[in-house]
Amino acid sequence: MRAKDLLGQNGEALAADFLTEQGMRIIDRNWRCADGEIDIVALDGDTLVVAEVKTRRSLDYGHPFEAVGAAKLARLHRLVSSWCRAHEFRAPRKRVDVVSVLDSGVGHPVLEHLRGVG
Amino acid sequence: MAVGRSYCVALVGLNGYIVEVEADIGQTLPNFVILGLPDAALNEAKERIRSAAQNSGIPLSRRKITANLIPASLPKRGSGFDLAITMAVLRAAEDIRSIDGTVFIAELGLDGRLRPVRGMLPAVMAAVQAGYPDIVVAEANVAEAALVPGANVRGYKTLARLAYDLGADPKDLALDFDPLDEETPGLDPDTEPFTPDLCDVSGQGEARRALEVSAAGGHHMLLTGPPGAGKTMLAERLPGLLPDLVDTAAMEVTAIHSLAAVQASAVRLMRRPPFENPHHSATAAAIIGGGSGLPRPGAASRAHRGVLFLDEAPEYERRVLDALRQPLESGELVIHRSAGTAAYPARFQLVLAANPCPCGKASGKGMDCTCTPVMRRRYFGRMSGPLLDRVDIQLQVERVSLADFGNAGQEEDTCTVAARVLAARDRQQARLWDFGLETNSQVPGRTLRGELRLPPGTTRILDTALERGILTARGYDRVLRLAWTLADLDRSDRPDIDHIGQALGLRQAAAAI
Repeated sequence: MRAKDLLGQNGEALAADFLTEQGMRIIDRNWRCADGEIDIVALDGDTLVVAEVKTRRSLDYGHPFEAVGAAKLARLHRLVSSWCRAHEFRAPRKRVDVVSVLDSGVGHPVLEHLRGVG
Repeated sequence: MAVGRSYCVALVGLNGYIVEVEADIGQTLPNFVILGLPDAALNEAKERIRSAAQNSGIPLSRRKITANLIPASLPKRGSGFDLAITMAVLRAAEDIRSIDGTVFIAELGLDGRLRPVRGMLPAVMAAVQAGYPDIVVAEANVAEAALVPGANVRGYKTLARLAYDLGADPKDLALDFDPLDEETPGLDPDTEPFTPDLCDVSGQGEARRALEVSAAGGHHMLLTGPPGAGKTMLAERLPGLLPDLVDTAAMEVTAIHSLAAVQASAVRLMRRPPFENPHHSATAAAIIGGGSGLPRPGAASRAHRGVLFLDEAPEYERRVLDALRQPLESGELVIHRSAGTAAYPARFQLVLAANPCPCGKASGKGMDCTCTPVMRRRYFGRMSGPLLDRVDIQLQVERVSLADFGNAGQEEDTCTVAARVLAARDRQQARLWDFGLETNSQVPGRTLRGELRLPPGTTRILDTALERGILTARGYDRVLRLAWTLADLDRSDRPDIDHIGQALGLRQAAAAI
């Protein structure tokens, strides 16, 4: 496995733990369809949360949040509906979150969480 | 997080308006939005600000930054808002301490240096007037900003230094960065092109006298004569005869030139009356002011409180010449464009020069002239009656004679004549102060025939001329104005018959054409 994929996987695991600590229930990970991939699907109360996780080793190429552009955001919103259709799931409310993981390899990774973006 | 707030100035023409800059940092994906009618240059501020802040060691928040320029309805343009937006954003992130009430006017370089902007003088004037005397500008703009009385101006070379003074964490700041002083071509009146001296003009006694009268009373002037007679030479020497500008006038003139300059910063007030000499192919926009978006001042405004010289006046487009009628009347130009309306002062002294006919040989007996009468009439017809009606002195300049030509260096120099002009201006001011006027050329006919009425014995020749229809009512007033200036130059309390006669001569010299 390549280093960047390993970093991403670690980041997603950290993010999943983090969201669980926040009181969310993880119901799916790395769900794929023709349109793309969802990193984490979770339930925050009765709200369905689709979380995108971005992991970086440093800020040299910008903050992880900056990698989530308008196109990616639009796709995430489409994927929420795709996931619901595929699992015949009805949620009263849906939300897209972004979690950034900054893992320089030294000390604890830094996590930041944005709720309900775009 | 708090909302950051700073102030800047938006210029519409010469009028500045305080703009409040609000910055908010939202808890969502990174973005940078500027609200409040920014133009293209202002929208590019985002990239300049991000880079400048990064390179100064005080990076902007990696969240959604919203900068709002209030009032939103006022169109804002240019790069002068860079610094104010940056400070508001840094304040919103609590990177610096409170900066309430401070006005920031500077453009940012990508490396974090502060760059000067044009129009600094009118902007600072507006800020001080609106009650915001604390102003931060680029170092290169300090001299110009400090010309405004009451302004408390601080200049900085780099964003890092400014942030340091405002309490930013010095750990990462790029305080060592010290950009070299750029050689900015300053608007320094001392290095302005040298003004030619009146003693260079040989002979032309009548024309010199007319020039002196024109300078003393602020009268507009038309010079007609064959090529080579020295019309241009005479006109170029008029600004040298005019007295220095007083504080308020100097401020206005410097403000216009600060706005019209592309890359120059005034270092002191312009005390000498400006001289504008546009080419006769100039368009109305070049003379009056214009351009896309908010109009910029044209030659007429740049000649404010100075001389606007139109050489080969009949060669100008007629609508260009007629467009000058409004400023001649009101001393102001109001220009409307899509982005707004700008008013520029334009109280200039107009000097027109013209050949007697298209071939230029119709003076004297006009034996060599090859123009038909229709051609001649059409040529002069370009200068419309209403325009010429506003020109007090209409003088015919003849070729210099051999006798005069040999006597070079014998003539009075600019200094001597300027002293007489200044004395005459003082007399006018003492007399006209109560009417709120400065020169004889501004006195309305009502006042001339009312408070300043002359005894009937003095004005008899005028009355006769008016009765016979040789002189129009407006022409009558013009002669009276010239007569007052002639009396002021002679240190008389009021014009006598002789002055009226001379005035008639100055007025009618070109009437034969």
